[in-house]
Amino acid sequence: MGRTRVLAAVLCAAVLATTAAARAAPLAVTEIAPGVFVHQGAIAEPAPDNGGDTANLGFIVGGSGVAVIDTGGTPEVGRRLREAIAARTDKPVTVVIDTHMHPDHIFGNAAFAGVPVAGHANLQDAVAARQEVYQRRLADELGADAAAGITPLRVDQPVADALRIELGGRTLVLTAYPTAHTNNDLTVFDPQTGTLFAGDLLFLDHLPAVDGSAVGWLGVIDTLARVPAVRVVPGHGPAVGPAVADWPGALEPERRYLTALVEGVRRVLKAGGSIQEAVTQVAQDERARWLLFDAYNPRNVTATFAALEWE
Amino acid sequence: MAGHPLAGLIGLLMLVTTPVLGATTAAGGTADGGTAEDAARWDLLHDLYFKDRPVEDAGDRMRIDAPARAYDAALVPVRVEVEPSLHLKSLSLIIDNNPVPLAATVRFGPASAGNSIETRVRVNEYTNVRAVGETADGRLMMTRVFVKAAGGCSAPAVKDPQEALARLGRIKVNLPDTVMAGSPATAQLLISHPNSSGLQFDQVSRTYIPAHYIRSIAIRYGGQPVLDIDTDISISEDPNIRFSFVPGTGGSLEVVAQDTKGATFTRTVPVKTGPAL
Repeated sequence: MGRTRVLAAVLCAAVLATTAAARAAPLAVTEIAPGVFVHQGAIAEPAPDNGGDTANLGFIVGGSGVAVIDTGGTPEVGRRLREAIAARTDKPVTVVIDTHMHPDHIFGNAAFAGVPVAGHANLQDAVAARQEVYQRRLADELGADAAAGITPLRVDQPVADALRIELGGRTLVLTAYPTAHTNNDLTVFDPQTGTLFAGDLLFLDHLPAVDGSAVGWLGVIDTLARVPAVRVVPGHGPAVGPAVADWPGALEPERRYLTALVEGVRRVLKAGGSIQEAVTQVAQDERARWLLFDAYNPRNVTATFAALEWE
Repeated sequence: MAGHPLAGLIGLLMLVTTPVLGATTAAGGTADGGTAEDAARWDLLHDLYFKDRPVEDAGDRMRIDAPARAYDAALVPVRVEVEPSLHLKSLSLIIDNNPVPLAATVRFGPASAGNSIETRVRVNEYTNVRAVGETADGRLMMTRVFVKAAGGCSAPAVKDPQEALARLGRIKVNLPDTVMAGSPATAQLLISHPNSSGLQFDQVSRTYIPAHYIRSIAIRYGGQPVLDIDTDISISEDPNIRFSFVPGTGGSLEVVAQDTKGATFTRTVPVKTGPAL
């Protein structure tokens, strides 16, 4: 019975993969500044109704080539991004920039095979340790076909501090940060238009997810606030409209939540409380202000509790 | 013993079987943990760990407190409450569907107070979590809960490897602000250690990260045993134990932990006691 089911799934996957490759409808993108395009993902966890398209993606067109900033949660989302790029420019994609390790940002890399990848110096190891788990989770969420074609990540241009990328008359500045959202967060700044792609160092509306260090993240927010940007693209949340022009004000809701998280966990620790108590007590005032609060706050509290115990 | 040479094989078996089990669970519903499959698993484990000794239902004398659905499968807090009248010699924590189900066995020494214990475990798939206590007269008493979580043994929970390495072997003991001589006090022990399960896969090297975990913890108060604990890979990274002991006047809590590479980690913490009530 188990074998029949597996066989059926494999056949299904093969059929779906074939039809999907032929389909690849371009993702909807918006030009938020000259040559700067964004696609806003669903504010949701990956599920069949969003096809794993849950992160904000972008691309910047220079005189000689295109930089892609995050590629989406499945190879199919990556192919749809590739189609969107082809519809806007005939310049070749010369670099894929992965802002961090999470699968909703990097699994679309499969659609850009052969293009050099730039990322944080910790990125390759971090993905290597997690990819197996991420792929299985994706198969559980969207079916085995969604995870087909994902290959191990190789970072060709590791960024330990900062790196400039030339696109022909346009220079992008990549900056690596200490542990915050993850231990491999990277931002992309386009000085020509003052556009900052913050990756998941900035969440709007979608509750921030802590997979690194909440305390470290609060420190990174102070650093980020000094970037002379005029607009910012968050990793999750509104990527077009008035929200993106509020800089550095856009950092404030996330700073408020992370402060409540850290201070709340410290209070429970000081009182000798347990993780379970912390999960029910910490940052509850924030619930109404965010989407996906119940999906992420308990995990954030658990991770922050385990980290702050060592303070 | 957690099968270093076999760890890779176990991991592969686990990877192959997990999605199918997941599908069965979603379709069939094992929320009460009472399926024939669960019962067969327990029969196997009963035989493995307790041979033909009968295991009684502890009723309301023992209770496990754990989240029904875990927030982080690699870090599931589990508290075992034991009624003081039971006077257990030892307590075993078993996670039925984990690759190495026996998470820990705690032996209570003369300086311990009661048998209630709290720790954090990895949960690899939807499973029963059991506590089996052995009374002074050799009876085995059991309680269980069902926990929904998946992937805890293979999940790379270490969020910042550099920081974890810098902290390895550090031991912290938290005591209440006021400790009274002769009155039970609850303490928390933390040991910074990756507790690598041997089931975490490295995609670049295409190998499993070797198992490397804390295998024993001895806690003494003034030289008297409080707890002796055998631990295995089902215990979360940075092993964490909450326990109670009966302090006398002054004295120290001494902790000695050993890992599977033969390293020994020790810490001695003075206990400042107030006057007996």
